[in-house]
Amino acid sequence: MRLEYFQMIDRVAHFDEAGERLEAHSTVPMESPVFEGHFPDHPLMPGVLLTETMAQASGYLILALTRFTHMPFLAGVEKAKFRSFVGPGAPLVIEARRIHQGSGYAVTKAKIASGGKGICDAELMFRMLPFPEGLSDRMREQARTIGLAPDAPAPEA
Amino acid sequence: MASTFETVAGIISETCDIPREQITPESHAIDDLGVDSLAFLDIAFAIDKAFGIKLPLETWTQEVNEGKVPAEEYFVLKNLCARIDELVAAKA
Repeated sequence: MRLEYFQMIDRVAHFDEAGERLEAHSTVPMESPVFEGHFPDHPLMPGVLLTETMAQASGYLILALTRFTHMPFLAGVEKAKFRSFVGPGAPLVIEARRIHQGSGYAVTKAKIASGGKGICDAELMFRMLPFPEGLSDRMREQARTIGLAPDAPAPEA
Repeated sequence: MASTFETVAGIISETCDIPREQITPESHAIDDLGVDSLAFLDIAFAIDKAFGIKLPLETWTQEVNEGKVPAEEYFVLKNLCARIDELVAAKA
């Protein structure tokens, strides 16, 4: 995880196409400027970055399921719950499941656990839009970096 | 069993916090009720779930933007409900 660069996913551990589910792993960094303010001498991963982490896992899931044909942009967060604190060095298991693919949008449920304990969960909506110029290649490259193969054939109907 | 319109009106009322009595079959979701594109995604999701269909929003938007179909055909609620009924019938 590189919080300052919004690189929230270290690697994709499992992508289940039939089950429309993705599991990713990340480790909260030991040090980050984020922790200087959140909070002084009591570093905690901010809820907004946990939400971003769930959104990125969901985004990679949608990208993989739709063969990188459109870019999912976060459009809504519902029922977000932050159940436990996590701080520097915590290993995170992020799970995202697509619960609906609409026309021009997708909805996922995502959650994060650490050490078997639930940290947070939410329902996330994404607007599916054409890739801005040049972003498709960058997203494919980043997907490869985290272990998600973006080159499978046959776009989803 | 609630009519298509009753179900859709309830969804819009709840999703957009609009008093139910303000929503009529003649209401235009955008012009009369002020539903924006993001709120319409929430409405579409609720409609998709409630009726087990997939509203073809991308196609509708493209047709309206290209001037092939007036927006009223899809966004006046009585027309929207007729489209939903067609999609439900096609699914059966």
